[in-house]
Amino acid sequence: MISKEEVLHVAELANLKFKDDEVDGFVSQLDDIVTMASQLSTVDTEGVEPTYHMSDTTTVFRADEGKHTQTREELLENVPEVQDNLIKVPSIVDKEDGE
Amino acid sequence: MNFETTIGLEVHVELKTNSKMFSPSPVAYGAEPNTNTNIIDFGFPGVLPSVNKGGYRLGVMVALALNAEIEKHTHFDRKNYFYPDNPKAYQLTQHEKPLGHDGWLEVEVNGEKKKIGIEELHVEEDAGKNTHHGNSSYVDLNRQGTPLVEIVSKADMHTPDEAYAYLEKLRQIVQFTGASDVKMEEGSMRVDTNISITPIGSDKLGTKVELKNLNSFNYVRMGLAYEQKRQAAILKNGGTIGQETRRFDEKTGETVLMRVKSGADDYRYFPEPDLPAFNIDPAWIKEIKDSLPEPAENRRYRYINELGIPEYDAGVLTDTKEMSDFFDETVSYKANPKLVSNWLMGEVNGYLNEKKVGLLDTKLTPEHLAKMINLISDGTISSKIAKKVFQETISNGTEPEGWVKEKGMVQESDPAVLKPMIVDVLDNNQQSIDDFKNGKDRAVGFLIGQIMKKTRGQANPKVVNKILMEELNSR
Amino acid sequence: MDYFNETIDSLHKKLADKEITAQDLTKDTLQRIKDKEEKLNAYVTVNDDATEDAKQIDNDGIKGRLSGIPIAIKDNILTKGVLTTASSKILSNFMPIYDATVTEKLKNAGAINVGKTNLDEFAMGSSTETSYYGTSHNAWDYTKVPGGSSGGSAAAVASGDVIAALGTDTGGSIRQPASFNGIFGIKPTYGRVSRWGVIAFASSLDQVGVMSKRVEDSAEVLTTIAGHDVQDSTSSEKEVPDYRANLNKDMHGIKIAVPKEFWHEGTDPEVLKTVDEAIETYKKLGATVEEVSLPTLKHAVEVYYVIASSEASSNLQRYDGVRYGFRAKDVKNIKELFVNSRSEGFGDEVKRRIMLGTFALSAGAYDAYFKKAAEVRTIFINELKSILDKYDLIAGPVTTTPAFGIGEKIDDPLAMYMNDILTIPANLAGLPAASVPAGTVNGLPVGLQLMAKSFDEQSIFNAAYALQEENKFYEQIPTALKEED
Ligand SMILES: [Mg+2]
Ligand SMILES: [Zn+2]
Repeated sequence: MISKEEVLHVAELANLKFKDDEVDGFVSQLDDIVTMASQLSTVDTEGVEPTYHMSDTTTVFRADEGKHTQTREELLENVPEVQDNLIKVPSIVDKEDGE
Repeated sequence: MNFETTIGLEVHVELKTNSKMFSPSPVAYGAEPNTNTNIIDFGFPGVLPSVNKGGYRLGVMVALALNAEIEKHTHFDRKNYFYPDNPKAYQLTQHEKPLGHDGWLEVEVNGEKKKIGIEELHVEEDAGKNTHHGNSSYVDLNRQGTPLVEIVSKADMHTPDEAYAYLEKLRQIVQFTGASDVKMEEGSMRVDTNISITPIGSDKLGTKVELKNLNSFNYVRMGLAYEQKRQAAILKNGGTIGQETRRFDEKTGETVLMRVKSGADDYRYFPEPDLPAFNIDPAWIKEIKDSLPEPAENRRYRYINELGIPEYDAGVLTDTKEMSDFFDETVSYKANPKLVSNWLMGEVNGYLNEKKVGLLDTKLTPEHLAKMINLISDGTISSKIAKKVFQETISNGTEPEGWVKEKGMVQESDPAVLKPMIVDVLDNNQQSIDDFKNGKDRAVGFLIGQIMKKTRGQANPKVVNKILMEELNSR
Repeated sequence: MDYFNETIDSLHKKLADKEITAQDLTKDTLQRIKDKEEKLNAYVTVNDDATEDAKQIDNDGIKGRLSGIPIAIKDNILTKGVLTTASSKILSNFMPIYDATVTEKLKNAGAINVGKTNLDEFAMGSSTETSYYGTSHNAWDYTKVPGGSSGGSAAAVASGDVIAALGTDTGGSIRQPASFNGIFGIKPTYGRVSRWGVIAFASSLDQVGVMSKRVEDSAEVLTTIAGHDVQDSTSSEKEVPDYRANLNKDMHGIKIAVPKEFWHEGTDPEVLKTVDEAIETYKKLGATVEEVSLPTLKHAVEVYYVIASSEASSNLQRYDGVRYGFRAKDVKNIKELFVNSRSEGFGDEVKRRIMLGTFALSAGAYDAYFKKAAEVRTIFINELKSILDKYDLIAGPVTTTPAFGIGEKIDDPLAMYMNDILTIPANLAGLPAASVPAGTVNGLPVGLQLMAKSFDEQSIFNAAYALQEENKFYEQIPTALKEED
């Protein structure tokens, strides 16, 4: 069972919001899906390594060579708001810079 | 009530590469906004990362220099969070299997040596930069993707001084690998700290407070000292410490609340599926290990014990890799190590401080410095002339030997040339000879002055002195 | 003109012999696409610049076999200078400044991009009904879905609009619509084709593939787009065979495994009958067929939805309104910009998957969902591998039913998800798989699914070609179109 509070917490993490009249429908759909996914718990995976990577190779490195592939003008073409060649966004509040 | 303090440090160090960690964009400090970027740095739809071998190599170098074990089987992970300077809304890092673990370094605090453990090191990508004006923020993605190695200490430190010593030592070790400039002022080294205090004897750990925005080692020490006091005062008054992030205010010397942490951040780490797993070849690790430049500690030992350099001087010479490399190379040109050391610590450092430049910004080369010192040693030039030669070679990169000859600055040391001149001076100064015979030492100084005048200052004082004494005693 | 009686081979001859020009071929193609669009809605963007590209080809002269041949590209594959939306409002204004590697390879081969085909938003769906640009229609019956997510590509090929189209397949998105529209569609081995420039849905599952009426045409196009790409570290360095030149329909000695779990009660008996007939054909042609078991199939949907949604939740975080795409208006701060742009820009199905994936990766759920699914994935991969150690091919149905009605399942996500059970296995194991037209049920096409060992696309092409040459399904004109003409 996934509660409405959990759904709202997940929405917060995902930066999504739902209209009041949508929330309950969404909660029940998500609950159905999570319940389906919970069937995984019935599989014995003792000692089984998880599969995260699907390529047929490992250890793929690129040589350390710097090169320009696009111009700044090209890169900024799709940006909704540009000022002085910077990407303009509304004010950043209550979180420190960087991680 | 007395308290025990526990401190852990997380240090981010920018690695000196040509290209970014996961994109081929060039890396450069202080470029025009958004010029060193590409579609990968912008997180365009459809782009994929590729791992910079040079960046990984430098990460391994730092790990090895810090005595860490290198992880053989690893992968990259995504750390998910939304922020305008984080274009994919995930940072590529190594969460589950960091490239190195269980390292250590040794510090000396108040004469006592102490090992401080390093929990792990991982490579990751830096974020872009945001600036703020009025109701808007502005994003520059030049820094996005710059390779970083994050070095996480064990919570082994108990005083701000230990933290300070750890950082000094860490900076030195990393700097000597050549993997990074480790400059706090340019942001190529960044420090976050965790500090908690608990009553002595208590078996419970205190609540961790995170300190950010620390722009110098000194601010780290001051910020930690302030936190020790602040937290102790709260506990003494029966209060509780909040789990929070604080920043250090450089003006007041105090720490200021940035945000309260509501439980753990949920970064939803998971293995990056766009990159295959990595098997780090032990032969490659060995090759990197063998290529590691000699660490500061070894150099210091060698200077003291093999070259006879005084301990203090050896410490100054190994403060930076540039200085130490310069010293070693100069000595390799057969210059007397003590003289090289004296010149580097004296005239050279004086020049650098006066002009506010770095050693590598001047035109002085180890070869020229060695030549100049050898010219002094073999008596070709006087130390007075040497100062002129030094100014010339450090400012204009002039080769000393040729310049000295060209300018006629070569010292006259040939007795066959000097003796007739000395005899001539004595012949014309009978009064001084008499004074000398009567025990007036001042007379010698006067005579030497006369001889130097006659040779336009180019006579080798040692040789002059020797001939003069022989002549005086024989009259 | 239409492509019902054409192959790349026949078109190439006409172009090379100057019977037609590339420009005229492209013009005719664009005209026919536009004529059909009202009924099919197969495209998000029809590329009117294609005529200019074709003119260039005419000027340069017809060179390779794809030179001057119009092809359609799914709209989650980047095409420089041609709008690429992934059928999402959030990318409705996105103009790519670079080409996907597959796009570039097609261009280099001289193929003409005539348009960007419709898909389920971000390829999340099995019907194209989740597209921001409205649903596409099945070429055989306009009241039915064309399948998804490459529904636009499938409808375009089936209706004779184009000779071939690119699709992408994360959990069946090429094979299921191919089956629903009576065409051939192949999802190659994971790593066979570069994903550079392909709008990511689930990174460990996505592959670009090809759809065409004829097997040989897909073989031709796949050879062109496959191969190692330094920009995709997960792409394979294995050499790419000339699949078309190597086509061999001799089925003697070929060993085919049929997993009994593919024949479960939930599947339409008529579909199973059609698939059985196709398998009988192989026996007749000299192949041996044996029943095998795939016990973990019953958990495949769970594994798939957890992994695909987790990866998607992260892959789709970049759509935040900052650097491109839709940006919400009247926001007070950055958090509102993120939340409003995403909440207004994504449709419900995408939101559902993002929510499921975010949940599966979140603290406290990670081990029980994401990690657990990755472990069960290992078990499942091993089951498939041990079958393919002994057999050349795995055969079975592609879907449990023929194309369903538009609007029939859209309100029941779980039922929609269960539909994917037969196509998911190939994606979970990274195996190549295809849908080959096998027959019709109540006038709607049904495909046979073939899976092979990693990087053994050739065995699939060969077997598909053998069946094609037996049943000549490509001769059938879709009912809806027949009625019109
Ligand atoms: Mg980190
Ligand atoms: Zn970090």
